[in-house]
Amino acid sequence: MPLDPITLSVIQAGLQQVCDEMDLAFSRAAFSPVIAEANDRSDGIYSADDGSLIAQGAGGLPVFVGTMQYSTRTLIGMIAAGQVGAPEPGDIYIVNDPYLGGTHLMDVRFARPYYRAGRLWCWLSNTGHWPDTGGAVPGGFSASATAVEQEGLRLPPVKLFKQGQMDAEIYAIICSNIRVADQRIGDVKAQAAALDLGAARLDALLDRYGEDVVAEAIAELRARAAAQMRSFIRDMGAGSHRGVAWIDSDGVVNEPLEIRLSVTRSGDDLIFDFTGSSAPCMGPMNSVRATTLSSVYLAMRHIFPEVPISAGAFEPLRVTGIEGTFLDAQYPRPVSGCAAEVSQRIAEAVFAALVAALPDRVTAAPAGTSGNFALGGHDPQRGRDFVMYQLSGGGYGGSASGDGLSNGCSTIGISKAPPVEIMEQAYPVLYHRYALREGSGGAGRYRGGFGLDYEVELRRGTARASFVMDHGRFGPQGVLGGSDGAVNEVTVWRGGVAYTPVHLSKEQDIPLSAGDRVHVRTPGGGGYGDPAARDPQAVAEDVRLGRYTADEARALFSVAVGNDQ
Amino acid sequence: MDRRQSGQVAGIDVGGTFTDLLALDPATGAVRLAKVPSTPDNQAGGVMAALGAAGADPAALDLIVHGTTTTTNAVLERKMARTGLITTMGFRDVLELGRRTRPQPYGMTGQFVPVIPRDLRLEVPERMDAAGQVVTPLDEAAVLAAGRTLLAAGCVSVVVHFLHAYANPAHERRAGEVLATIWPNAHITLGHAILSESREFERGVTAAVNASVQPILARYLERLTQDLAAGGYGRDVLVMTSNGGMVSARSVATEAAKTVMSGPASGVMAAAYTGRVAGVENLITYDMGGTSTDVALVRGAEPAVSNEIEIDHALPIHVPMVDVRTVGAGGGSIARVNAAGLLEVGPESAGADPGPVCYGRGGTEPTISDANLLLGRLDPARWVARGSVTRDVVAAVFDERLASPLGLDVTQAAEAVIRLANTRMAGAIRMVSLSLGADPRDFALFAFGGAGPLHAADLARELGVPRVLVPARPGLTNAIGCVVADLRHDFVRTLNRPLDSLAEGELAAVFNVQRVEGERLIDAERVALAGRRLLYSVDMQFAGQTHLLRVDLPGSEVDRATLQALFEEVYFRRFRVRLDDIRVNLVNANCSVIGMRPPLDLSTLIDPSGRCATLAEAETARRRVYIGGGWREVSVYWRDHLPREFELRGPAVIEQMDTTTLIGAQDRATGDAHGNILIGIGGPDAA
Repeated sequence: MPLDPITLSVIQAGLQQVCDEMDLAFSRAAFSPVIAEANDRSDGIYSADDGSLIAQGAGGLPVFVGTMQYSTRTLIGMIAAGQVGAPEPGDIYIVNDPYLGGTHLMDVRFARPYYRAGRLWCWLSNTGHWPDTGGAVPGGFSASATAVEQEGLRLPPVKLFKQGQMDAEIYAIICSNIRVADQRIGDVKAQAAALDLGAARLDALLDRYGEDVVAEAIAELRARAAAQMRSFIRDMGAGSHRGVAWIDSDGVVNEPLEIRLSVTRSGDDLIFDFTGSSAPCMGPMNSVRATTLSSVYLAMRHIFPEVPISAGAFEPLRVTGIEGTFLDAQYPRPVSGCAAEVSQRIAEAVFAALVAALPDRVTAAPAGTSGNFALGGHDPQRGRDFVMYQLSGGGYGGSASGDGLSNGCSTIGISKAPPVEIMEQAYPVLYHRYALREGSGGAGRYRGGFGLDYEVELRRGTARASFVMDHGRFGPQGVLGGSDGAVNEVTVWRGGVAYTPVHLSKEQDIPLSAGDRVHVRTPGGGGYGDPAARDPQAVAEDVRLGRYTADEARALFSVAVGNDQ
Repeated sequence: MDRRQSGQVAGIDVGGTFTDLLALDPATGAVRLAKVPSTPDNQAGGVMAALGAAGADPAALDLIVHGTTTTTNAVLERKMARTGLITTMGFRDVLELGRRTRPQPYGMTGQFVPVIPRDLRLEVPERMDAAGQVVTPLDEAAVLAAGRTLLAAGCVSVVVHFLHAYANPAHERRAGEVLATIWPNAHITLGHAILSESREFERGVTAAVNASVQPILARYLERLTQDLAAGGYGRDVLVMTSNGGMVSARSVATEAAKTVMSGPASGVMAAAYTGRVAGVENLITYDMGGTSTDVALVRGAEPAVSNEIEIDHALPIHVPMVDVRTVGAGGGSIARVNAAGLLEVGPESAGADPGPVCYGRGGTEPTISDANLLLGRLDPARWVARGSVTRDVVAAVFDERLASPLGLDVTQAAEAVIRLANTRMAGAIRMVSLSLGADPRDFALFAFGGAGPLHAADLARELGVPRVLVPARPGLTNAIGCVVADLRHDFVRTLNRPLDSLAEGELAAVFNVQRVEGERLIDAERVALAGRRLLYSVDMQFAGQTHLLRVDLPGSEVDRATLQALFEEVYFRRFRVRLDDIRVNLVNANCSVIGMRPPLDLSTLIDPSGRCATLAEAETARRRVYIGGGWREVSVYWRDHLPREFELRGPAVIEQMDTTTLIGAQDRATGDAHGNILIGIGGPDAA
């Protein structure tokens, strides 16, 4: 007898609940602020046979939407091949190898086999961004690494917990290779406890509805998610859609990297063909296969947020042509930029390709950079070293539903930026400005949102400034006649002299002395539609609020506004 | 201190749809109740109408306690007074930039409108650093010029918000003095005075909201007190604040931001009071209305209070508030079949207008209330009598929109809507309680609001909650909260130090300062009190963590070893993790000073003279109700006729003017001496 649709909906909500509770438990108990505050983590349930995604927490970091099923699949394959020890109840594997279904080294995955009546029934897995995993620079975001070994400690899948007991020897090896190791035990326990909680909740769900019914529901939900995605694809119309996106440089070789994408409907499937994209690069702006696939899924989820996260939703999305490009980098290519930057450019290529086919759903390009500025130095007043990170937002793209949001989070993230007051409490810096970047939104019928304009001074001691940003050379793309948003701009004032990084948005270890300043202007979002079609009153309002000057209004929107405040 | 123990008290709560009143005469024990339509443009109209409807003479009242949504509505609908901001050079956009968030994790669209528009945000030269040292002196002439510009732009209220004013408020204070020389009214808000904590966006928004609703609240209370005075009432009006306390109408506008959750707070206060009286002190409050459901946690008869609530996307108001979380499901939530052929319920709602199909106001979308009607849980005769819609019309809508596409019959479709809605609500309630560190199975469900008692037993079953408490007047709970709420002042002092660096007695000294200040404030209010209570707690964490864990303390004098042990125990209960080698930080010391109001005899809320001697006499009908997987003939009782203490086995339906309570097939309901119904949850009844 087929399952009734109600039991199906109830089990769907139940599986989702298991994952949401794991997310919550992980964040609340974690020490790493990247996990606890920025929610840079994700928890999910994966099938026993091939690791395909059954359910994932709604509050997980978007970039992980598709990665864990590949890391689980890889683990299952390695176990079958005898490369990794066979699972037993209470085991938890740890792995952060980017080439085995991952992102960058800082994203550490745990996988816990889940047993039912002595049989492996599914996998519970989570990912958490550790603040450090060793390597050349604190935090792992080196702009100039040329091999993965420079980026940190790489762990193949190993059992960190064996039948419920942590392996102190493996843990000791990890701790000897990472910075601020003393707090990691808290994160390890939080990450493991979240999976234990998930197991207990799953027990309750299976006790209540029965294993067979839940298994049947999982299969049916997967089929239905696929059907839902296919129904959207069918509505799209035939033909090929092309999109491109560029990365300023890889941080080592100062040449742009290109993502070339063509999206074609094939029956009810969409083929994402990346043939012709740039070759693997010297610097850390490579992506690995799992991150590339996940970025496509993430973009589609931004477009169709109503389709539940499950392997079924991804089934009709087929990615080809990445072999031999920088989107499928192999060992030992450096990859620290893949999750924070390359993934966002891939999403932009998807948006650019599909906006004409889905004009009511897809936005112009968002600022799309995590805006990573790191300042490491010595504070003579406190007598200690410090490492400060300033992540920043930018403008979102305009869309059929209105203007883009100003200072939004990265496409792949959901985390908040730190307050200026907290930064000044913790580090020897003084911000002179933290402001809306006027004029940065791309012109359009619906304009892009505005970026951020901040300027920060080193008050004492010496320090080194590093930048891993993007869109310094190419602004976020406008669409359907809209203009590009403003490019990212970095200026470093040393001894009163302005310095612009050679790679514009990326550079490692620029020395600063007390009184030197860093000035960052983040990108605005792309404009949507013909700027001349913009409501003149909306243009006048932007001028009145000082977002554009009257001259800009005339030049960009062909609107004469008298009053320039 | 008990100055007016014999005085008559009226609690009046103005909600979105209705204004509720409960008036109490302690001398005779007489209780008057009224429910009249709210008057959104000037809520005083509803207040006066409620007094009239209850036959309460304002001149005879000694005290009016008032819950109001004046500021809530102003904030959520963004209908605020024209307000200007004067801030530190370089930082006028802080209120617009926020913390770089977007409204939802997926979907790159959405808008954000700052509390104060950009042209009314002006900068002046001044700067403090994080240590409170002056980097740039305050330019007083620039403050004057900015004030004049804002006045010329039509501002009626102004907020001064400077960076690091929590560390050193001298510049904000001086700017306030300078502005006072030209500002024509008292509406000057200084950021540090509302919230003295770091984080410029959160502090700035809190202050900006305060300034923007202050003139509105002041004007409203002025009108209300005038109307009441015209009716003969010459005493103080106390206004419910978001932390479940009360402040005099004479002074509340100064801290207007503290009233934005006034209404929901009073409901939770009533729940806490009822729970304490009934001996059920751990509650999850469940207030299900037409468009949404409010959930809060009460532990040991104390509502959970938070200082970090975001009441809308990127709209944090960081003052102490009863931690009420809103779930997007109510009686008007719409059911539909999605593109994958799966049933969904909500988050879209038919609202109050047109409302569910069964309201007969033109609603055409199937809703939760309609499903309850089709299953006989709501009385079709009572509902259909109100409008032009018959049960068949509702059934036809269900057939077309849900049953046919799903391959079910109408009853199955209605049952499915209820089951799914209950699953979703239960999931949301579980997330709320877990995020507050509580396992729902350790709590009872306190059901109120128009729709709460109808779903409560099923939800409790779903959550593993063993008991449901349905108070005597579920539809008047907020007004009851106004009558029973205490005077309350909350203090937070941030220490943020390793526990082992704390001197013995240091914490007790901090608590002592807080206690003395709270007692001074309470003595200044002219209100009858039955006694005082003090609550002490600390917020702690392991060094390196960012989240805090609240640890309740038995008193003000607790030594370090005990603090360490209490924290470890709370941490283990919450996370099942022990971390022996990591140092512990004591972040905040919290003290609440509470002036307890005289008790309310809850048993008077249902007129004792109307009660019958036996259950059988209270039975008004037998009705076919779909319950426990099938149609059954079920006894229907009139709540006001039930014997005060009774026991009945489900299935049963208990109706009253303001709500309907459903008792599941294996549940057991009892009445207690206070007029509450307690439902013991039985086996796996489902739907």
